[in-house]
Order: sequence, then C-alpha cells, then structure tokens
Amino acid sequence: MITHYSNRVALFTLCRLEVRRFLRIWPQTILPSLISLVLYMLIFGTVIGSQIKTMGGIRYIEYVLPGLVLMPVVNNSYVNVASSFFGNKFQRSIEELLVSSASNWTILCGYVFGGVARGLLTGVLTLLVGLMFVPIKIFNWPLALITILLTSIIFALTGFINAVYANKFDDVSIIPTFVLSPMTYLGGVFYSTDILPEIWQKISHFNPILYQISTFRYSLIGASSMDGSTSFIMPSLLIMLGCIAVLTTISMHLLNTGKGLKS
Amino acid sequence: MNTVLELHELKKIYKGGNVALKGISLQIQQGDCFALLGPNGAGKSTTIGIICSLVNKTAGKVSILGYDLDSHSAKIKQHLGLVPQEFNANRFEQVEHILLTQAGYFGIPKRKAQANVDYYLEVLDLKDKRNVQAGALSGGMKRRLMIARAMIHDPDIIILDEPTAGVDVELRHSLWKLVKSINSNGKTIILTTHYLEEAERLCNKVAIIHNGKIAHQGSMRNLLESSANEKLLLTSINKIEQLPQANGYKIKKLNDHSLEVTIDANAGLNSLFKLLDQANIQITSISNASNKLEQLYMRITNQKQVQSS
Repeated sequence: MITHYSNRVALFTLCRLEVRRFLRIWPQTILPSLISLVLYMLIFGTVIGSQIKTMGGIRYIEYVLPGLVLMPVVNNSYVNVASSFFGNKFQRSIEELLVSSASNWTILCGYVFGGVARGLLTGVLTLLVGLMFVPIKIFNWPLALITILLTSIIFALTGFINAVYANKFDDVSIIPTFVLSPMTYLGGVFYSTDILPEIWQKISHFNPILYQISTFRYSLIGASSMDGSTSFIMPSLLIMLGCIAVLTTISMHLLNTGKGLKS
Repeated sequence: MNTVLELHELKKIYKGGNVALKGISLQIQQGDCFALLGPNGAGKSTTIGIICSLVNKTAGKVSILGYDLDSHSAKIKQHLGLVPQEFNANRFEQVEHILLTQAGYFGIPKRKAQANVDYYLEVLDLKDKRNVQAGALSGGMKRRLMIARAMIHDPDIIILDEPTAGVDVELRHSLWKLVKSINSNGKTIILTTHYLEEAERLCNKVAIIHNGKIAHQGSMRNLLESSANEKLLLTSINKIEQLPQANGYKIKKLNDHSLEVTIDANAGLNSLFKLLDQANIQITSISNASNKLEQLYMRITNQKQVQSS
C-alpha cells in the first residue's frame, strides 16, 4: 500500500543521497565558489574597487558583494541537479527510481532539494567569506535567505529540465555557458543598469536575474540601484514565485510523460 | 491459481516507426516460473520495460494483481522486482548503500531495511563486499547485487531479464539454484533468456515471442511433449560399415564412428539398439544432438518466419 509515509521515506532517502553526493566531493562542489569569491574580492575590492570607488552611491566592493554571493548560488543549484540527474540517466541508475514506487513529485522534490541544499550552503559560506572582506551589517536577513532560497529553487528546476532533455554531457553545459553566465553578468552584478544606454536598460529588465540580484542587494546593504526605490521587491518576489510555478509544471509534465527517460 | 499478471493486446511502436510489439496477450499465474523466449529484437525487453514502467506502451492493457498499470502504477511497482539485463546501479555507491537506498525508494526506512540487506548480502555471498563501490565488483557480483536489489522490498513478482547472460558456468548454476529457491517460496518469476536449457530447467510455463507477436504460449511440459521427434548423437567403438534401416528412425552417418539418429515420437530406444546390434555397431556413448526445447523453438520461430514472409 502506497502511503504518504512511503513517499516521505523515499523523499528523505533521495534527499540524503543527493546531499551526501555533493558533500563527499566538497573540494569539487563547495570549495571552488569560495576560492572564486576570494579572488573577486581581491580584484574588485583592492585593484578595481580602489579606482571605481562607488557605484550608485554605494562603495564598489559592497555593491558587487551581493551579486558575487548570488552567482555561485545560481551555478551550484543548477549544476548539482543537472549533473546528478543526467549522470544517473547516463549510467541508467535512474531506473532504480523509475521502477520504484516513489511518486514523480518525490523524484522532483528530492533532486531539487539536493540543488537547493548545495546552493544555500554555498551561498551562506560565500556570504560569510565575503563579510570578512566587507564587514557590513546585514540589512534584512529573512529577505536575504528568502531570495537565496527562491533563486536556488528556480535554478535547481532549470537544471532538472536541462538534464531531462540532455543526451550527452556537453548538453548539460550548454545552458550555464550560453544562458546563465551571460544573464548573470548582464544582471547587474558588477554595474548598475542605470549607467547603461536606455535601450540596454530596457532589455535588462527582461532578465530575471537582475531582479534577484537587486532584491538580494537590498536585503544585504539596504540599497539598490534599481530605480532607486524599493518598489521592485514585491514584484521581484512574485516573479520568482511565478518562475518556480512554471518550471515545476514543466518538470512534472516531463516526468509524467517520461520525456527523455522512457522510450 | 490467481492470475498475477495479464497483458492484453499490448502494442509498442517506437519513434521512427519501429514496431516492437504487435498486440501480445498473455497471462501469468501466481507461483509460475514463466519463460519469455524469443530471438533478439523479438520484443521481450520491450514487454518487460512496459511492465516495469520503463517503456511507454502505445496501446493495450497491463494488469498486475488486479490493478491496472495506467491508474495504479505505484501500487503495482511495490509488487515488482526487476533484475535488468545490464548493470545499472550507481557505480560510485557502496553495495550496502545501494540496497538501503533502493529499500528507501520503496518506502522502507533504514532501520527496517537493514535486516533485509544483511539477509540478501549473506544469501548472495556479498557480505564481504558491503563497503565496496559497485563499480569495483566483478561481473558475477554485479549480477548478484542486482538480484539483491530487486528482492530488497520483498516483491511478489520478480522479473529477470537475461540474468545469466555472460556469466560463467559456476555462477550460472548458483543463480539457477537461487531462482528455484525464490520460486519455491511462492514468488512468481518471469525470465527472459537466450539459454533454452535454462528455461527448460527452471520454468513451468513458456511464451515464445517472435516479431512482436506471441508465437507459442503454454506449459513447458506440453510444449516439450509436443515434440514430434528426438535427435541423438551416437558414438560407436567399431567402424560403421553399413547403416541399418527401419521405420521410425532416420539414421545418418556423420563419420566412421558416429551417427545422428532422428527418432519419431512413437518409436522407442530399445528397438533402435537392437537394430544397431544387428548391424554390428557397438555404441559407447549417446547424447542429445540439440536441446529439445531448442528444436521446438527453432521450429516455431521458423514457421512464423515463413508465415510472415
């Protein structure tokens, strides 16, 4: 008899497996983000930061810190799910799950949990390392954590969809290289979109990462470059929730139809 | 006997138009050891894939323990255990973890699953390998691990997709012993194999799939008894000079010391030996020219081949 209890056990099993997987190889999964942050901090804080001084009225090193923390959250959440799910698909160990009584919801939640756990852990660790370079008082902790959480869910789901469609390992790296990196760099990590020409400012507003970084920046330092106001925060959170709803619907549809998993 | 698995007009057309199943129907009873035979590409693995929810069917109905697969997939999966043709466990996980994880996927918490894990590690001689990564196991051990994994949630129906393909003789015999013992405990076994001797030894029911259709279905005993003749190889100690002739026997000289004799179903061995004795042929050894089931299998599949062409 399939009960909620059975599915809870299955979910716990999958979550534990996913977390154990990325913790076991922490030098590959956690450490690189911290090293990158230290390098960014040295370059932007000491070398470039001393030349630029301020961005949107904020000290440059403080300005870039939120984006530099959110970048590994985006990457780690995405890569964790994409590589783990595709890896299991590639060596066909995904069949262990498909023949089991675990529901499709359980499968999706388990993989997304793994991505979110890695994203959150990396996010919190990079934030703590960043605070050593920029000793600021966090303006709004709950908003910061909510933003990291929603961001990691979005990109974990994106990683899942990519892994379902991927047929080879190269396919898993297409989205990070050609979509995520440009969107992140053009999402106002290093500069304020206010300094862009008007046309690029308008285009930037279609980039969801801009809203995530701006909301996160506000939660950390209490200021944002976006329109110089805080009116974007609620719409930003709603956009993120909307993205999660759409991506979840797509993911469940893929699982229910067996796309990329069943012949 | 209860019907535990029923396929009705099962069809599968893969993308690109390859028709794997053209509407197969069969019933498997509780406690059966059911052989699913057929040449490569006949549709055996597709059938198993559909039963185990790894392949989407195009049409037809699958009913397991009275539940429809389309509407009660999760309930059905609780009663199925699959030993796939190829190794598909996570190579980087340890043997014990693989089994505990699989139990977890079926909703069995670690504290309850541990006893089952210990039992199957013992039974399948994997106890010493519990902390070894799956990728480092030998071929035979991998096969045993997959059997343990399929059994870990105590399913009623165990599906073995070519379980002895590519394994050595010793392991094959130990797997046969294991399958027999599982079957004698009341579990239903579905076995696909290319080794017809294996099917003959283990199974009480058989279905032969050919070109996506059931070419023959019934009890193994009836199938074997339906054989019209038997082909034997005889070796003589002395040189064979002349061949005896008699109704019911077709005798062919293979070389100076061996004969191939085809015996009709109503002819006996005693008369054959009398005949050979009269012809001064002293037999020192006798063996089957080919497995009986193999002859039947070839006959059935060849007939179907001719019919379809």
